[in-house]
Amino acid sequence: MCTYATTVLTIDGSAKGKIGWFSANQATVYFDHPVHFARGHALMVDLANPSEGPSARVGLELSPESARALAVAILDALDAVSPALFEADGVTR
Amino acid sequence: MTSVVCGGRGGDMRGDLTATTITIPGANGDEIEAYYAAPSDGGPRGSVVVLHHLPGYDAATKEITRRFAAEGFAAICPNLYSREAPGADPDDAAATARALGGVPDERLVGDVAGAAAFLRAQPASNGAVGVIGYCSGGRQSVLAACSLDLQAAVDCYGAFVVADVPDGFPFAFTSLRPLLENLSCPLLGLFGAEDQFPSPEQNVEMAILLEGHGKSFTSHTFEGAGHAFFATDRPSYRPEVATKAWGIVLDFFTTHLAEA
Repeated sequence: MCTYATTVLTIDGSAKGKIGWFSANQATVYFDHPVHFARGHALMVDLANPSEGPSARVGLELSPESARALAVAILDALDAVSPALFEADGVTR
Repeated sequence: MTSVVCGGRGGDMRGDLTATTITIPGANGDEIEAYYAAPSDGGPRGSVVVLHHLPGYDAATKEITRRFAAEGFAAICPNLYSREAPGADPDDAAATARALGGVPDERLVGDVAGAAAFLRAQPASNGAVGVIGYCSGGRQSVLAACSLDLQAAVDCYGAFVVADVPDGFPFAFTSLRPLLENLSCPLLGLFGAEDQFPSPEQNVEMAILLEGHGKSFTSHTFEGAGHAFFATDRPSYRPEVATKAWGIVLDFFTTHLAEA
């Protein structure tokens, strides 16, 4: 099925896609039919900048297991950083 | 070349066709992209509007459009994401449209109306136009048939035709239950027994509702198939079911698109 369920969030960062590097200010997360990954459904992530057009996008299509592992790895990576480093960069952990 | 024509499936038995990208007026007069395929013979013939799935106006849907032309129908697949992402790759366009909340129902109806008008204006048209949609397009096919004067409609595993849309749903559409009494033409439903969106129970409810409204509805629920069994480029593809279902679709359109 098309799950339709979609989360759109504002982000701050950069991504590299078809057009090269661009400022990524939007992430879309959903579980639906992948385009390339040979599964019926996948956890999909789009990192995009709508103001730069549809091609300003990096798409991920992940198995549920891979998506969870990636999410944990991201959180672990952030948790392993010294709070002082965030403070030095003026950002919150 | 044979001259036997029966609303499609009769013209050029060699399957000769032409296919090209065109621009047509859609909802609100907006110019939208569309993929048009037509048999090489002179008609007259029935025509089909093909509605792509949520992943977009892609190669697989264009292949379906060409298949209809090879079978003797003129067919057109409007790019429902033309406005959000003109000229973009289908996957980028689908991602953009999804992030914006999908295709509004009112706009979909206008785009199908424009596609149907284009088809009827072709010299080889017999005036009869059907619509078929896959996945999200299945629901949109029913929506179009409940909103426009069409001669046949096919819903291929469209979710939320009779099911209520959950709270917080990110797409701006609703169940089509209140519209079913307006169905303008015979409707064919093709579903997988292992699909839950729509579920076999929902498809039974749909049949009961349409019967109550005195509408013509035929459905087939295929064992051993789930969602998207027509999709040749996906693991959900079920060749035996898809082959059988293609035959059902072609017979249905041949019957109902023989004349306006």
